[in-house]
Amino acid sequence: MTLFFYIFASLIVLGSIGVVASRNSVHSVLWLIFVFCNASGLFILLGAEFLAMTLVIVYVGAVAVLFLFVVMMLGNRFLGIQGILSSTRHLIIAGLILGVLLFDLVLVILAGADSDIIGFGFANTNTSITNTHAIGAVLYTDFMLPFQLSGIVLFVAMIGCIVLTLDNKVTRKRQKPQDQLSRSKESGMDLVQAPLNEGIDGIKYD
Amino acid sequence: MSVILVLLPLISSIICGLLNKHLTHKAASQIACSFIIISAMLAMDIFVSYCLGKGHDSTVLLAEWFYINGFVVNWVIHVDQLTAAMFMIVTLVSAVVHIYSIGYMHDDENLPRFMSYLSLFTFCMLMLVASDNFIQLFFGWEGVGLCSYLLIGFWYSKPAPCAASVKAFVVNRVGDCAFILGIISIIYYCGSVNFKDVFSHADTLSAINVLDLRFSALDLICLLLFIGAMGKSAQIGLHVWLPDAMEGPTPVSALIHAATMVTAGVFLVVRCSFLFDNSPVILQFIACVGAVTCLFAATIALMQDDIKKIIAYSTCSQLGYMFIACGVSAYEAAIFHLVTHAFFKAMLFLCAGSVIHATHEQDIRKLGGLRKTMPYTYLFFWIGSLAIIGIFPFAGYYSKDLILDSAFASRVFVGDSVFIFGVIAAFFTACYSVKIIVLVFHGESRLSDHDMSHAHESPMVMLAPLSLLALGALCSGAYGHYFLHIGSNAGYFGASIVDNVQHAHAEALYIQFLPLCIGLLGMFFMFVVLGRSYREAAELNWIQRLVKQKYYFDEIYDMTVVKGVHLLSIASAYIDKQIIDRYGPGAAVDSVTQLSAITRKVQNGYIFSYALCIMLGIITIMSVLLVQYINQT
Amino acid sequence: MKVLTVLNMTEIGLHNFLILAAFVFSIGAAGIFLNRNNIIVILMSIELMMLAVNINFVAFSSYLHNLTGQIFSLIILTIAAAETAIGLAILVVYFKNRRSILVEDINQLQG
Repeated sequence: MTLFFYIFASLIVLGSIGVVASRNSVHSVLWLIFVFCNASGLFILLGAEFLAMTLVIVYVGAVAVLFLFVVMMLGNRFLGIQGILSSTRHLIIAGLILGVLLFDLVLVILAGADSDIIGFGFANTNTSITNTHAIGAVLYTDFMLPFQLSGIVLFVAMIGCIVLTLDNKVTRKRQKPQDQLSRSKESGMDLVQAPLNEGIDGIKYD
Repeated sequence: MSVILVLLPLISSIICGLLNKHLTHKAASQIACSFIIISAMLAMDIFVSYCLGKGHDSTVLLAEWFYINGFVVNWVIHVDQLTAAMFMIVTLVSAVVHIYSIGYMHDDENLPRFMSYLSLFTFCMLMLVASDNFIQLFFGWEGVGLCSYLLIGFWYSKPAPCAASVKAFVVNRVGDCAFILGIISIIYYCGSVNFKDVFSHADTLSAINVLDLRFSALDLICLLLFIGAMGKSAQIGLHVWLPDAMEGPTPVSALIHAATMVTAGVFLVVRCSFLFDNSPVILQFIACVGAVTCLFAATIALMQDDIKKIIAYSTCSQLGYMFIACGVSAYEAAIFHLVTHAFFKAMLFLCAGSVIHATHEQDIRKLGGLRKTMPYTYLFFWIGSLAIIGIFPFAGYYSKDLILDSAFASRVFVGDSVFIFGVIAAFFTACYSVKIIVLVFHGESRLSDHDMSHAHESPMVMLAPLSLLALGALCSGAYGHYFLHIGSNAGYFGASIVDNVQHAHAEALYIQFLPLCIGLLGMFFMFVVLGRSYREAAELNWIQRLVKQKYYFDEIYDMTVVKGVHLLSIASAYIDKQIIDRYGPGAAVDSVTQLSAITRKVQNGYIFSYALCIMLGIITIMSVLLVQYINQT
Repeated sequence: MKVLTVLNMTEIGLHNFLILAAFVFSIGAAGIFLNRNNIIVILMSIELMMLAVNINFVAFSSYLHNLTGQIFSLIILTIAAAETAIGLAILVVYFKNRRSILVEDINQLQG
């Protein structure tokens, strides 16, 4: 257990440094995926396997892929290639802030440390049902409102994305389903006798 | 009655001024002239009552003015013998000029404005002479200066009158500056500006020494007041405005620069004779200044070509005579000469105005032979010239003789030299007066035929007032000497002027007749020199050029004072703008701008710096809370 | 002392997870202003921070035997996904207008 924890923890830290420090944006995305996978492993250690799987499916499968789509779409020449080591001034400032932040957080943690909480715990007190079962038992009853609200948030986010990126000016051919469905032989086909070496004039496309 | 006398010109001035464009010329001139004639008649009434010995001094309070902690100054009409004489001369000459300008300014469309200014001037001068405190006198002083400015620059569409009016005002201002300092020192030493209080303190003032020098407080006050009088009466140094003031219309020159405004300085000295008489140093200074001015102006007048400028310098010279009289403590002689001078000088100016009106030419080298076309003018000119030269029995003989007499016989240290200066100036006076007559009226005409045919005698409206002045020029001297006994112990002026116990008269007969002889000599000399025909000198030698250029006074002033002030103003503007403004409010503005320019750079638009700031904020808050928590436990 | 006992590395306790989450959070926070590449890295750093918060929640839920932490972590997951989607949509629109997503080019809002 301890070993697995340390393996996962170190890999998470390594991966997050990799996200930040990569010069290539695609590499950053891949490091992010790596981090998520290891975090998922960590969650499994904590006995939250539903959340672990959800992490993989949603984060890795959707969000990271979305990142990758955008990175690929934008192309290399727009993405910049400067790494963190290119400017020492930035590095020093960031290092200072990082250090102070870490110090504060660790101090807080250690200040509130309680030697009673040692050793692994599991979320469920009742170990006969799975984690998923337990979450399900709570999610649709006690936490109904946040559940529905998160659904609404997703819906709004979807509409928001469409609104943001919908471009009415672009002249693109759009499909009109009712036109497609209402084609008949008379409107869809013309039988013409094509003369040799001359071609046909006056063909109308719509 | 004296109140009506003083306020009538003000009312007419306001009416003519406010209804400037709505009045016809005839209406405006009728209003103005009738009011001033009523004032003149009232003044004559007061004067005659004093002459007959039935007059009594009166003080009428018009309105209260200052009341500051015991310092009281009021608007007052104070009448005594001196005031009555001045009233008479001011209103009379003003009435004459009003009537004369109906004819002279007939073609000018701004006649109502002219009448308004003339009446305003008369009002200010009357307030000046009728005051019983220095501040009301100063009000009149400034008022006549203002009216002089307005009237000299009457034809303001031309550049020369504008420059001349500004020059007159500014040079007067220099004198006024000294006058104000004088008033301040009076307030400082006496605590009051009323004449009665100040004059009663004259003895004590002469005992106080200023700054432990050998200069008493009274000397200081008198010196400052006299410098103010110098500015107004065009004594040497501050005389440069008087010739340029001839840019104004001739009636203006007659009224202001012959009879009334320039005599305000003399009036001031005579009014404060109680002060001046206790200050022998200043009296000597006055006599010297008067003598130098007298001679100096007479020499310049000899070489001038413009008829009005000759008469202007002549005025300057005669004012020198009046100050000589003041300097030898013969104040009554000064006022006597003032009155007679007002008559004949105004007449000379108005005659010159007739000539100018007829021929539209002011340069005497271009005039000539007008004797036959303008006989009345010729006659009046002769009367005025004889009066100014001092030929018996015209007016000037008595007054000038009295002055030179007193100068010779006075016990003052400079009396003799002043007398010699006066005699030489009398010679020159005769010379230039005859020069004008010969060149303008005698001989062949140097005018173009066209102008000569248009030259005509002035209309009656211009001649009738002249005859009144001629009467004065003829008779006022004799009247003053024989009837009013000016210059003797029980004279007309009584208590209004300081009583100089010893009215010195020269015993020797030759001294009494010397001015008369000198005058006759000058006349004959000039007739002989000029001969029948006139040849203009081919080239002037250096003395003639020096005199003709007015001893380069204007040029010296221009180079030193004008350019000096100009440089000073440039320097001040530079200091104000580049130094005080830049390091004072400018520095505040700049520092705010620069500070905001620096602070603005915090918002540089880069996201990560914003994120940095967020982080920093969070960390700071966390650390603070942490430290607090640790301190608690 | 209590601190010394928890510094013992052989037993895993809550604090281990919390310290790990602190590390990941700091690295994510540093990544926001450390990167000079482009905006997508910023978005990814935000994802890292949210991951750290998730680890926190789940750890607490395990050790306090309360499922509320995991439920909330689930909600956070949802919201994070929605937020990423919208962030990337904005980025795409921005790119269409400005033709660049380099961080140093985004400096319009300056004073």
